[in-house]
Amino acid sequence: MFSTNGNNTPRIGFYVCHCGHNIASLVDVEEVRKYVATLPGVVVSRDYKYMCSDPGQELIQQDIKENKLNRIVVASCSPLLHEHTFRVATEKAGLNPYFFHMVNIRENVSWVLDNREIATEKSKDLARAAIRRVFFHKPLEKKTVPINPAVLIVGGGIAGIQAALTIANAGKKVYLVERDATIGGHMAMFDKTFPTLDCAACILTPKMSAVKSHPNITLWTYSEVEKIDGFVGDYHVKVKRKPRYVIEDLCVGCMDCIEACIYKEAKYPDEFNQGLSKRKPIYIPFPQATPMVVLFDPETCIDFKSHRCKKTCIEACDRDAIDLKQVATYENINVGTVILSTGFQTYDAKLSPQYGYGKFPNVYTSLEVERLVNASGPTGGEVITRDGKRPKSVGIIHCVGSRDEKSHKWCSRVCCMYSLKLAHLIKEHTGAEVYNFYIDMRTPGKGYEEFYDKLMNEGVHFVRGRVAEVTDWAIIPEEEQKLTIRVEDTLIGVVRRIPVDMVVLAVGMEPKDDASEIRRLFNISCSNEGFFLERHPKLAPVNTFTDGIFIAGACQGPRDIPDTVAQAGAAAAECLSLISAGSIELEPNTASIIEKYCSGCKSCIPLCPYTAISFKEDIKKAYINEALCKGCGTCVAACPSGSILQNLFEDDQIFSEIDGLLKFAGIEPEKKEVLHA
Amino acid sequence: MNMPDKPKIGFYWCASCGGCEESVVDLAEDILMVAGAVDIVFWPVAMDFKKSDVQAMEDRSILVTMINGAIRTSEQEEMARLIRRKSKLIIAYGSCAHLGGIPSLANEFERAEILKYIYDDAPSVINEERTRPQTEFRHNSRNITLPEFRNMVRTLDQVIDVDYYLPGCPPTPKLLKQAVLTLLSGELPPKGTVLSPDTALCEECPRKDSKPTDLSFTHFTRPHMILFDNTKCMLAQGLVCMGPATRAGCEAVCINGNMPCSGCFGPTSRVRDQGAKILSSICSNMHSNTEEKIDLVLDEIPDPVGTFYRYGLAASLLRKKIVEGQLEDDK
Repeated sequence: MFSTNGNNTPRIGFYVCHCGHNIASLVDVEEVRKYVATLPGVVVSRDYKYMCSDPGQELIQQDIKENKLNRIVVASCSPLLHEHTFRVATEKAGLNPYFFHMVNIRENVSWVLDNREIATEKSKDLARAAIRRVFFHKPLEKKTVPINPAVLIVGGGIAGIQAALTIANAGKKVYLVERDATIGGHMAMFDKTFPTLDCAACILTPKMSAVKSHPNITLWTYSEVEKIDGFVGDYHVKVKRKPRYVIEDLCVGCMDCIEACIYKEAKYPDEFNQGLSKRKPIYIPFPQATPMVVLFDPETCIDFKSHRCKKTCIEACDRDAIDLKQVATYENINVGTVILSTGFQTYDAKLSPQYGYGKFPNVYTSLEVERLVNASGPTGGEVITRDGKRPKSVGIIHCVGSRDEKSHKWCSRVCCMYSLKLAHLIKEHTGAEVYNFYIDMRTPGKGYEEFYDKLMNEGVHFVRGRVAEVTDWAIIPEEEQKLTIRVEDTLIGVVRRIPVDMVVLAVGMEPKDDASEIRRLFNISCSNEGFFLERHPKLAPVNTFTDGIFIAGACQGPRDIPDTVAQAGAAAAECLSLISAGSIELEPNTASIIEKYCSGCKSCIPLCPYTAISFKEDIKKAYINEALCKGCGTCVAACPSGSILQNLFEDDQIFSEIDGLLKFAGIEPEKKEVLHA
Repeated sequence: MNMPDKPKIGFYWCASCGGCEESVVDLAEDILMVAGAVDIVFWPVAMDFKKSDVQAMEDRSILVTMINGAIRTSEQEEMARLIRRKSKLIIAYGSCAHLGGIPSLANEFERAEILKYIYDDAPSVINEERTRPQTEFRHNSRNITLPEFRNMVRTLDQVIDVDYYLPGCPPTPKLLKQAVLTLLSGELPPKGTVLSPDTALCEECPRKDSKPTDLSFTHFTRPHMILFDNTKCMLAQGLVCMGPATRAGCEAVCINGNMPCSGCFGPTSRVRDQGAKILSSICSNMHSNTEEKIDLVLDEIPDPVGTFYRYGLAASLLRKKIVEGQLEDDK
């Protein structure tokens, strides 16, 4: 199939790309081309405006045929972008694609340097290193692995729900793992959604029920992924199912047990209602919880603390669904692809003490107000402050924990719009005067600017300026018994004091506290701020750097519901695309053990992150399962007797590349003083 | 004694302790076999030969000369070159000639530091005039010369072309005997071969089966500090054993004496830096994940260079401590 030129004398073709002006404006490509032509083994040396274009690729193919080239080196952009392009081009001309090697003189040279002479010299050095390296290249074959059609989705918010339904409706198996006792995520807490003001529950709960009843979806709530290994197409996942102390299959959600609890009054803060109401030690998170199964909070249940409870709950359950001795169980599943939709958390408003959250009872976070205005919330939709009054004036402070050097620099994207929504709902529920304190109004989205217009016509006040503080220190009588918002109104250029009954802090979105643990577990990357990193912001926005692992929703960055749902659909499509293809080609950059040299010291075995290495007891030597090997090179570096080889990274290749570079530094490879007779 | 039909062989020593010469005698009765089969034409430690005797020999008239010891002085360089000219084959004999050996640990210091210690600072030295060795001086109207003490210790193959290597500190009699028989058989291995198996010592270690899969180091200790199990893998007991990164062939002679391998056979042919290799293997098997804790455990290895590069500093990628301006005075 391929011409195997492994042992032939190298006949190298070298091509330096102008990349329009990207490279050629700083690198003297002509000089690089001329220099490389003088290096040993180089038969053809050319420069061309766009090597990645069709004519550029054809140039390589033509040269391979006419000049019998057996090594190709292209100096252009990052291999991430076009290594594949050039390998395919090389292969089309009948040469094994792994005789191609790429030199990055754009990201590593022209984009990071500003001196033409230095940039040209560096390009020559990198090219020389590559030319020396390809002498030792060998033909390699790609391996194909099948894709397990089952998909794991981690996180059951709207992103996870949407992706799960899309994949399940396509007839594929989905495991949806949710950490909390119910799916629904943040969206389940909202009353209305912007800009259409349709009821969040009305559009979300049917989807939640659909997930629960879908024959292709296995829903595990109150569960967490404990371990994952394997590779694209064949991931092995261990899921921990935390004990609810209620047998999920038996409970029908009648809630008789909750009624029967020894606590007649609910006593503990209700997490779902942001602590604005109370719940019992046995509870359901909210009326539409899915699955509709009660759970115990062992921290507050008397029986878990003293074992002296009368256990009236157990008596009340006629289905014997309560099991106070329940322990965590584990499920082991195999999937081919994974979608992470683990969501976000809101900024902790206590970290901006100038706004008085936690100090003044009538300062609320936006999520609390979402519950207050919600018909199924703690007040049944009545907006009543903690001191029991209906507010006559409300101030909404934007950008709390967003666009701020002291907390988070990024814009959380949703706060302007949800602040407008809350302004509308508060006004609707209470008739109060509502003030929005904003830095910039950011309303880009379908129907968003129109919604802003509508609010301005509704008589909501807008004050442009970052609020300095919220204080209860009254300096005029009108401020007595009120919270005063002190702000510079930058449109009129004066400092204003605006007394209000209630303050709403529009808190921003941030990565979950344990996002970095999840990142490590799934072996993906994070961007600076801690959100999961996409492979490419434009070209691969739901892919990660780990094949077969995709991201959707606010775990990747702040976004609203429409964008989240769109992204979830994209992630689902990526999974389905792999499943539909049925198999995937793996890069052949894997490691292998030279059996006759392995001393069986076992040093490599515990190091493999993919558990690809095992010990063959019969011959007392280590063995690498190439299907599991991802080519990370850890074992290769650690093998103390040098008996592990990695394709594309053999010692000869790497050392000759280094030698090629060092020549530049003035350090010639060691010369022996040889005296023969 | 001089029988013209027998192949001629020679032995020479450079910067070495004499243990390699001793190992030739360790052949015991086999030495008679060797002596019967060859004609030893040059062996300063045992017989009286002068440089002029060697100079008088025909070029390439010696079949093989085994040179032990590292190269530090101009005299050693001169003799090595002379012997190279007179010999068809050169074997670097023992760790010092092969990799630099213990003497090359001196490459951790610059020459001036070494001379200052030896001629001034050592507790047993009284040298008020601060005399230093000179390469040349006049005494009673005669010119007296001494070899020059070079700036660094080198392996034999960093000075002359070497055909084969016999590793070890010293090489075992068994390997020497095999080497001589191989050479006499005329079936020569490829040039540059190290005449010992090309796997790591674990392969022939009697304690191999007791080595756990996951070493997960939590501490290191040294043989004089603990009573250790004489059947169990040294590394599993926190003793630094160079076995995994050291060429086999000695038949685990130190392990059988209940001491960890200290690495004298050097790396396998596939490894460029023995010390770096064992370090990368040990460090990637540390139990802790935090830098501070790993440092604490690694601090239990008191002399890392002397531990991991004991026999091979000159041949390693490290080679020599460089002080600015010192490179050029080494010719």
